[in-house]
Amino acid sequence: MAFQDNPGFARRTLLAGSGAAVLAAPAIAQSAPIKIGLVVTATGPAASLGTHLRDGWLLGMRHLDTKIGGRRVETLVIDDELRPDVAVTKVRAALERDKVDFIVGVVFSNILGAIIRPVTDAGTFLISTNAGPSTLAGRGCSPYFFTTSYNNDQVHSVMGQVAQDSNYRRVFVMTPNYQAGRDAVAGFKSKFQGTVVDEVYVPLTQLDFSAELARIASLRPDAIFTFMPGGLGVNLVKQYRQAGLATIPFLSTFTVDEATLPAQGEAALGFYAAASWAPNMDNPANQAFVRDFEGVYNYVPATYAAQSYDAARLLDSAVKKVGGNLTDKNALRAAIAAADFRSVRGPFRFGINQYPVQDFWQLQVARRPDGRFQTETVRKVLSANIDPWAPECRMPVRI
Amino acid sequence: MNATLLFVQALNGLQFGILLFLIAAGLTLVFGVMDFINLAHGVQYMVGAYLGATLAAWTGSFWLGLLLTLPATLGFGLLLEFLVFRHFYDRDHLSQVLATFGVILFLNEGVRVVFGTAPLQMPMPELLSGGVTVMDGLLYPTYRIAILAVGLATAGLLWFLVERTRAGMLVRAGASNAPMVSALGVDIRRLFMLVFGFGAMLAGFAGALATPILSVEPGMGDTPLILAFVVIVIGGIGSIRGAFLGALLVGLVETLGRGLMPDLMRLVMDPSAARQTGAALASMLVYIVMAAILTFRPAGLFPARR
Repeated sequence: MAFQDNPGFARRTLLAGSGAAVLAAPAIAQSAPIKIGLVVTATGPAASLGTHLRDGWLLGMRHLDTKIGGRRVETLVIDDELRPDVAVTKVRAALERDKVDFIVGVVFSNILGAIIRPVTDAGTFLISTNAGPSTLAGRGCSPYFFTTSYNNDQVHSVMGQVAQDSNYRRVFVMTPNYQAGRDAVAGFKSKFQGTVVDEVYVPLTQLDFSAELARIASLRPDAIFTFMPGGLGVNLVKQYRQAGLATIPFLSTFTVDEATLPAQGEAALGFYAAASWAPNMDNPANQAFVRDFEGVYNYVPATYAAQSYDAARLLDSAVKKVGGNLTDKNALRAAIAAADFRSVRGPFRFGINQYPVQDFWQLQVARRPDGRFQTETVRKVLSANIDPWAPECRMPVRI
Repeated sequence: MNATLLFVQALNGLQFGILLFLIAAGLTLVFGVMDFINLAHGVQYMVGAYLGATLAAWTGSFWLGLLLTLPATLGFGLLLEFLVFRHFYDRDHLSQVLATFGVILFLNEGVRVVFGTAPLQMPMPELLSGGVTVMDGLLYPTYRIAILAVGLATAGLLWFLVERTRAGMLVRAGASNAPMVSALGVDIRRLFMLVFGFGAMLAGFAGALATPILSVEPGMGDTPLILAFVVIVIGGIGSIRGAFLGALLVGLVETLGRGLMPDLMRLVMDPSAARQTGAALASMLVYIVMAAILTFRPAGLFPARR
C-alpha cells in the first residue's frame, strides 16, 4: 500500500478490503462502514512516534481484514501537527462532518487534553493508544475514555523500584525542565528510597550535555535516572557513551525505545528502560504482531505501535460483543471494558478508571542476531499494577 | 565544584562555542555582507547533517562523506540562492524573514518526506572513537578535540580569506558599503551569490561534523539557529572575529551557566527551589548577557560597519 512509504500526508481516507467484504459478511454486518478517526502526530520532530502509532493500527486492520466485529472499517488519519488548536478543529470536523464512530490514537497528553471534551461531549468513545495523563485517570475520568497504554507515573515508578531493588544508594536524576520532567522525578522518587545526589533540569532545547556529564562523573553515583524523550534522548545517549560513563547504570523512561534506537544504535546497548510491553515478549499474539509488522513496515515496532495494535483488537472484540450495533452506548462501553481480546503484552484488563491494570517490566537494549536493536525484558517489576490516580476516579455506572 | 571540574566545564564550553562558530560564521557573512536575514541558515545546517550521514552511509566512510558534503551543500546553497533568495535581496527585512521562514517549513517537511521521520544514525569514525581521561571517570572524546581543532583551523582559514585575499577584501568592502563596491565595477550579485554559497557550505559542514554527537532529525537546525543569531548579534554583524569571540562567549556562558547556576542559587535558597531557579536562570543567561552587551555596545563587540 502506498501510504506506508509516504508519511507526509495531512489527512487521508484509507479504504481497504472493499472486495473482501462480501466474502465473510455475517448476519450482523451492516451496510455502512465503521469510521475511525485516527489521531496521530505526523509533522514536527515527534512525527516518528506518530508513524509507529499509525502503522500499529494499520497492521491491526490488516490482520482483521479491515473489519471490526465483522463490519467494514474506514480509517481517517488525522494529523494533529502537535498543536492542540489544530487537533481540536480537525477532530471536530471528523465528529461533525465525517461522523466518525470512534476516535483512536493520540501520542501526546496535551493533544488529548484539548480534544477530550469535544469527543466525549459528542458521546463518542475515545481510545487513547499512548497518552495516559493523570488528570483523566483520577478526578477527570470519563466513561467515554479508555486507554490501551498506561499512566506515565507508573512507568517512572517502575524505574524507582528497579533502583530500589538493585540496591542503588546514590542516584543522579536528570530530566527536561517542564511538567512531564518534574512528574518523572516524582514518579521515580515514589518508589526509590535511597539518596538522590542531584536533580538536574535541562532546557527542552538542550543539544550538548557535556556540562551535565562532567557533573555526573564528579559525583560518581551508583546509577542515573533520566527521562529524555525523542532527540534529547538521542543526544544524551550518544554523548553519555562517548564520555565513558556507560559503566554507571543508565536507568531511563521514554529515552531508549524502538523509535530512537535506530539513531542511538550501539551507544544505547545495555541501557535500561521500563514499559508494559517489549518486542521480544513470548506469546503467540506478540510474535505474530512483531513478525508481520517488520515484514510490512520494515522496522522494529515500539510501544506506540503495540498499543495501537491492541486497540484494533480491543475494538474488534467489543463490536463483536454488541453484534455490530453501536447505538447502545452502555452496552458498547461494557463490551470495551470487558477487554476480551489477546493483548500482545499478555494479561490485560481495565481498572475502574478504564486505564489498564497490567504488569510492568524492566527492559534492556539488546542487539538482535539480524543486527537491529530492540528493548528486551529483563524481569517483571510490578504485577497487575493499578495507577496511583484510580482511587480518585468516581466513574458513573451508566452513561 | 573543584578546579578540575571547572576546567572540564570550561573546555566543554569552548568546544560548544567552536561548533556554534562554524554555524554562525556563514550567517554573519550573509547578514553582514548582503544585509540579508537568512532564517534558513539553520535548515542548511540540517541539510548538511542529513547529506553527511547519507553520503557516509553510501560511501561507507565518514571522511569521504564529510568531504563530499562540502560540494553538495555548496551546490544546494547556490540552488536555493537561485530559486528563492536572489529575488529578495532588494526587499525589506520582513519579506526576507517571511521567505526564509517558508524555506524552513519547506525543508523540514522535505527531509521528512525524503529521509523519513525517524532520526538517522551516524556512527563515530573509527579513528576518533577513543577519548582522553580528563578527570576520574570522565573521558573527553577524541572526536570533540578534533572538532576543536577543525573549528580553530576554519577560523584561521576564514580570517586569512577575509583579511588577506582579494575576494575577502571585496567581501569586507561589500559589508561596509555595497553600492560603492558596485559602482567601482564589481559584480555585486556574483559576489553575493558566492558569499551565500560559501555560507551554506559552512553551515552544512558544521551539520555534518555534528552528526556523531547530535541527533540527525527534522527540525534539528532550529535551536542552533537561535543561538547563532545571538552569537552574531553579540559579536557584531558581518564580523568573523566577532562571530568567533561571540561564539566562544555564548558557548562558555551556556555551559558554565548550566554547571554553576544551581550551585550558586543554593547559597541563597533551599535546594529544591535552587534547582528550579538555577535551571531557569541558566537557560536565560545567554540572553541576559546579550542584552547587557547590547546596552553598552549596541552594534555588538566588533561591528563590521562603522
